[in-house]
Amino acid sequence: MKILKGIGYAVGLPTILVLFWAVATAGEANFFVPTPATLLATFAETWFGDRILSDVLPSIGRLIVGVTAAIIIGIVAGLLIGSVKWLRDLTEPVLEFFRAIPPPVLVPVLMLLMGITDSMKVVVIISGCIWPVLLNTIEGVRAIDGVLSDSAHTYGITGRARIRHLVLPSAGPQIMAGVRQCLSIGLILMVISEMFASSSGLGFTIVQFQRSFAIPEMWSGIVILGLIGVAMSFIFQFTERRILRWYHGLREVENAV
Amino acid sequence: MPSETTDKNNVTKPAPAGRTLQNNDAMLSVRGLKKVYQTDGGPIEAVRNLTFDLRAGELACLVGPSGSGKTTLLKCISGLMAPTEGQVLLDGVQVSGPPKKMAVVFQEYGRSLFPWMRVRENVELPLKNQRIPKAERDRLVDEALEAVGLSHVPMSYPWQLSGGMQQRVAIARAVAYQPEVLLMDEPFAAVDAQTRADLEDLIRTVWKKLGVTILFVTHDIDESVYLGERVIILSSSPTVIQEDLVIDLPAERDQLNTRSLPRFTELRHHVYEQIQLAKAGHRPAAAAR
Ligand SMILES: Nc1ncnc2c1ncn2[C@@H]1O[C@H](COP(=O)(O)OP(=O)(O)O)[C@@H](O)[C@H]1O
Ligand SMILES: [Mg+2]
Repeated sequence: MKILKGIGYAVGLPTILVLFWAVATAGEANFFVPTPATLLATFAETWFGDRILSDVLPSIGRLIVGVTAAIIIGIVAGLLIGSVKWLRDLTEPVLEFFRAIPPPVLVPVLMLLMGITDSMKVVVIISGCIWPVLLNTIEGVRAIDGVLSDSAHTYGITGRARIRHLVLPSAGPQIMAGVRQCLSIGLILMVISEMFASSSGLGFTIVQFQRSFAIPEMWSGIVILGLIGVAMSFIFQFTERRILRWYHGLREVENAV
Repeated sequence: MPSETTDKNNVTKPAPAGRTLQNNDAMLSVRGLKKVYQTDGGPIEAVRNLTFDLRAGELACLVGPSGSGKTTLLKCISGLMAPTEGQVLLDGVQVSGPPKKMAVVFQEYGRSLFPWMRVRENVELPLKNQRIPKAERDRLVDEALEAVGLSHVPMSYPWQLSGGMQQRVAIARAVAYQPEVLLMDEPFAAVDAQTRADLEDLIRTVWKKLGVTILFVTHDIDESVYLGERVIILSSSPTVIQEDLVIDLPAERDQLNTRSLPRFTELRHHVYEQIQLAKAGHRPAAAAR
């Protein structure tokens, strides 16, 4: 019953929106806005063929590699910078500088340096996704409770054990907030990295459709992006709830007081 | 440096410094300890000069007005902070970082347990970290939880428990760790009166059972007299020892009878007076330099 209710909530609003869309476009022949039926037909025809292998999966692959690398590098570097005061003082201004650079402007630069390769696209994704993870990790590490840290210290929990049992879990909520931002930036950069001088990928394909006035096809590409976003968000929420179960419980107790 | 004790039962002639012992008798020695904090607003001398010894298996209470440097002293003793001058010796060896034989229970129980670990994991972690084999670990954790009366909630998270229960988890963690010296920094300041009485008795039970050396910091005069074999009274900051007092109450103590003994009242009265003096800025003659 509870599950049914959950599903009801999840699909309720989308259903209403699609119905509204169907009604609004019914009988009308606006070239730029396809009907749901047209879109569905186009969708199947456009994507359930070669394009899955040649464009969709490679894009998703680069997205996964880029985002994963950004998360790992961000957390490791964040742990290091957050734990060492002089390193923090040293890197802070530089980090602010790099973070302020909008990653899309890096695309032409990286293209010159690395050529139009998969690695270039992955690097574009990493270069934009890493900041929220890195900065949040640094903040999370800095904000470790002094009493908790002293407790761990008096019980000889130092070095790797300290990272594992104290630093990582303690910074967990902050890190996960960074990861959430990282994912949405990743999707945007995946598209942008394929828009310049590329010859395959989701971003390239969508721009291509747009230029050749293949409007329903273009829309279907946008739908794919939306679906990828939803899937990422579900995976994120599922993982977050498992990792931070304690945190949500704690917050609930605190709020109840 | 005066280092001799006054007559055991004479509470009217206070010792100006803490009691010290002959070379090998001391479990814990504090020698000429001074701590000055360097802050933006200039140096703050929290502790001026403290010297005392704790015999192995002793239960001493440390009382002093708030801000008199009790926490500072404990942090120096536990190796979390280096003193500005002087030294701390544990079993004759100078303390330079948290020693393995020592456990600390902090006042802020809500912030000293890992909120991402269940009660049992919290108690077990220090043992795991020491690579104690599973079977022995399980036994120690079970015994400790049993001792503090928490065998029924091993799978709860600390934040699901009341304040008193959380502090008992922290005590269980310290007990399971089997320290030779246990430091406690106003551990019961934030729990309700009834729980507090229970926890006091728990400390005495644990102490007798394990033979551990305990330094118990409190700002509660009754608590210090009820718990300790000895009460070290601190002056106000910059801190020296106001008096080192022997508590000659019977070893068997219970909340009702002990607290209604005339001797308890006398001692309590005396400590109270000393604290008032300390607050008023009076300093023992020997330290008036
Ligand atoms: N980290 C610190 N930096 C500067 N001053 C401190 C610090 N910790 C404590 N103090 C000062 O040292 C004195 C003693 O503090 P504390 O040891 O916490 O006393 P108590 O535990 O007896 O209440 C106080 O005046 C306090 O303001
Ligand atoms: Mg204190």
